[in-house]
Amino acid sequence: MNRYPLWKYLLILAAVVVGIVYALPNLFGEYPAVQISATRTTKVDQGVLTLAENRLKQANISYVSAVLDDKSARIRFADTETQIRARDLVQTALGDQYVVALNLLPATPGWLDALRAKPMYLGLDLRGGVHFLMQVDMAAVLKKAEESYVDDMRRDLREKKVQYLTVTRFERGGIEIRFRDAGERDKGRDILRKELPDLELVDVERSGDFAISAKMKQSAVFEKSRLALEQNMNSLRNRVNELGVAEPIIQQQGQDRIVVQLPGVQDTAKAKEILGRTATLEIMMVDEEHDLGGALAGQVPAGSKLYKMRDGRPILLKNRLIYSGDNIVDAAPGFESQTGSAIVSITLDARGAAINQRVTGENVGKRMAVVYIEIKSEPKLDEQGRPVLDANGRAMRVSKRVEEVITAPVIRSQLGKRFQIEGLDSVQEANELSLLLRAGAFAAPVEIIEERTVGPSLGADNIAKGFHSTWVGFTAIAVFMSIYYAIFGLISVVALAVNVMLLIALLSLLQATLTLPGMAGIALTVGMAIDANVLINERIREELRNGNTPQASIYSGYERAFGTILDSNVTNLIAGLALFMFGTGPIKGFAVVLCLGILTSMFSAVMVSRSMVNLIYGSRRKLEKIPIGNTAWKETS
Amino acid sequence: MEFFKIKKDIPFMRHALAFNVISGVTFLLAVFFLITKGLNFGVDFTGGTIMEVNYRQAADVPQIRDSLAKLGYRDVAVQNFGTASDVLIRLPLRKETSSAKLSETVMESLRQADPSVQLRRTEFVGPQVGRELVENGALALLFVSIGIVLYLWFRFEWKFGVATIIANLHDVVIILGFFAFFQWEFSLTVLAAVLAIFGYSVNESVVVFDRVRENFRKLRKHTVPQIIDNAITRTISRTIITHGSTQMAVLAMLFLGGETLHYFALALTIGIMFGIYSSALVASPIVMWLGVSREDLMPAKKDTLEDGRP
Repeated sequence: MNRYPLWKYLLILAAVVVGIVYALPNLFGEYPAVQISATRTTKVDQGVLTLAENRLKQANISYVSAVLDDKSARIRFADTETQIRARDLVQTALGDQYVVALNLLPATPGWLDALRAKPMYLGLDLRGGVHFLMQVDMAAVLKKAEESYVDDMRRDLREKKVQYLTVTRFERGGIEIRFRDAGERDKGRDILRKELPDLELVDVERSGDFAISAKMKQSAVFEKSRLALEQNMNSLRNRVNELGVAEPIIQQQGQDRIVVQLPGVQDTAKAKEILGRTATLEIMMVDEEHDLGGALAGQVPAGSKLYKMRDGRPILLKNRLIYSGDNIVDAAPGFESQTGSAIVSITLDARGAAINQRVTGENVGKRMAVVYIEIKSEPKLDEQGRPVLDANGRAMRVSKRVEEVITAPVIRSQLGKRFQIEGLDSVQEANELSLLLRAGAFAAPVEIIEERTVGPSLGADNIAKGFHSTWVGFTAIAVFMSIYYAIFGLISVVALAVNVMLLIALLSLLQATLTLPGMAGIALTVGMAIDANVLINERIREELRNGNTPQASIYSGYERAFGTILDSNVTNLIAGLALFMFGTGPIKGFAVVLCLGILTSMFSAVMVSRSMVNLIYGSRRKLEKIPIGNTAWKETS
Repeated sequence: MEFFKIKKDIPFMRHALAFNVISGVTFLLAVFFLITKGLNFGVDFTGGTIMEVNYRQAADVPQIRDSLAKLGYRDVAVQNFGTASDVLIRLPLRKETSSAKLSETVMESLRQADPSVQLRRTEFVGPQVGRELVENGALALLFVSIGIVLYLWFRFEWKFGVATIIANLHDVVIILGFFAFFQWEFSLTVLAAVLAIFGYSVNESVVVFDRVRENFRKLRKHTVPQIIDNAITRTISRTIITHGSTQMAVLAMLFLGGETLHYFALALTIGIMFGIYSSALVASPIVMWLGVSREDLMPAKKDTLEDGRP
């Protein structure tokens, strides 16, 4: 009765062997390596790798191996010192068009690599790095969209010669268009409905007033938000390239958030500085018809607004967005071929180019301004410029929208897709301006709402501590079980070891992120998984005490305990799933380990230990006694 | 080896009322501390900034406070963390401030005072994130409670589901009560531990109830209290041994897992201790008070299967 068919043994054996293979890569440690990846405009191919290899050979730097995969090239080194030297060499050899980053690569042997066996993927709290959660200011995105609708409406109505009185955007959102009479309103509504299908138009019923209220359709709002988020993620990707991170993660979270994870980044200040430059660009016309002096005196003409240049000089701009930073595809510093002076060449996308062509054509000789908008947090100041303190005497801070005109060049001729800004004072200035123009290609302001940084030494500490405590816990349980349940305890310990091994194999196979709470999850799984074996062993003892034969006791011990084991694991799984669904970051890591651990422990505690018991005792016909500890006492009930 | 040679059933149910009174008092005490003292929520929930810095020699905590005061941060918690050279700095969230730049400024001023200082870890949580985490935590707790009641209802009977949830919520509230009383930091990891314990200590009740159901079939002449007594007595050795094993793993974490896992392990420890008690001595009496009877469990399929076996 305690025998498994051969296929069952083979199945269990196969599971254990596969488990060992996929858990194995975790034992080999890591190699220092230099990773070459491409930026937006380049591609990493054999040529690039050969170039890098040749450069290293010239400098007499030896490397262990150099491999190329579909996304990047990786060169391994024997120690970190050579790695750092090599990184600098390769970076200068390849130039800024490639990201050359330090990385630690798993030293998995080739045959395991071929089986796609990889070590567990460590979370930031274990390997060090930065985690940011960023929120895109969608209200600003929608406001901008509505403002450009207002312009479109005016233009469309004018072109179709419809008499309208005003087009107003409300601060709370929504647009209202007022007409002279009902006839004009009907004409206007039909035109707007045709030209601007993204808007929902409703007649406003007010006595003596003929108006339409316009609102963005839900689908349009959704689409705009989606595009804004995408745009931001793209810009972030390009900025992260500046940092030279080997395996950055940039992911969308929810509708308006972006997660950025930069493993191994040590200079968090620089990372934040580069990522934190949350800026947008708007291109507008300079208002040259009106008097700047009058505007400074407080009489800002309608439809214009006063801005400041970077050096502090005031400038009056027409309040109409021509195109924005998201229409700028690229901006690069360079030299004018004849005069040799510094320039910035700008490339626009199709929409920007079309607008640029029309507007510059109409405005040759006039000035165009690029406004740089940034959200900054700064101390709140009173009228005298002193910091405002709150009740506790702390300086209060405010989030402030900083708007600055970074350049206002004169339009020399009609421009199109590509054009240059000339007359810059220095290469330095050209560099800065192009960086601003490029970095400004954010569709909407972004704010860091969560940040977690773990230094690399703390990460290593966490691994050591997590590993150490799991190991100590395991050993303690193993010693206790072997003493208390004798051979059956030993079998339980082997099953427990198989459980841990399978869990690690599964985590490696799924490449689920292992965090410190995840390691705690492994330790906890060790403690909880033994529950099933205790249940079984206690049940067998009880059956023995009730006078059953050893074989029958083993049989009913396993069978009867199974229902209980199943029930208790299901309730555990419910808790694990809840943690997975509602948890974020490290907690999710804990939940994954908990859930997987429950599944592997079901298999190992029941099937693996049973197969061992069956192998050892199952075929013995005259089994008088089994070593499961003392059962020579009787209970009375 | 054998620890428990209990020959006669222990008459737990005779003292059911006493146990319930003890539980009730502990529970009310926990609630009292939760209300009067409240939980010391970590930065995950309140928002704010945490920085862990490391000095080459023992850190000069008053000097660190000084440096921070110069920056205008007065209500800052600065404390040693693990060793004398590790320091934890907690900066509250400022209204209107969502900037994550804070840690840079602080590090700069600390570096001026002592260049050997190293940043080990920072956490900045904005107010909206904290609010969401609180919401998600509450949702998770609700989800687990409902899920477990439904499962136990389906597997046993509604009375068992209700009794288990009451017993477990009692555990959860008591863990929270400890955190409130000692003002230990309640972080996201602690919440995870609480939820894990929730699922784990339901095990206990399940094991006892499984036995109760079996006994209803086997021990036809026994009264309900006797049946419950027998079920608890027969499972108590297993309960203590498994909890002891889990506790061994948790103790390893408590002492060796480092500061980050310390409170996590602490929450688990309290949960495990009270889990043993509540499953046997809270859930079972409640089932009894709820008037469980043989008929409630008879249609269960599993029993008829087991019955056919020698």
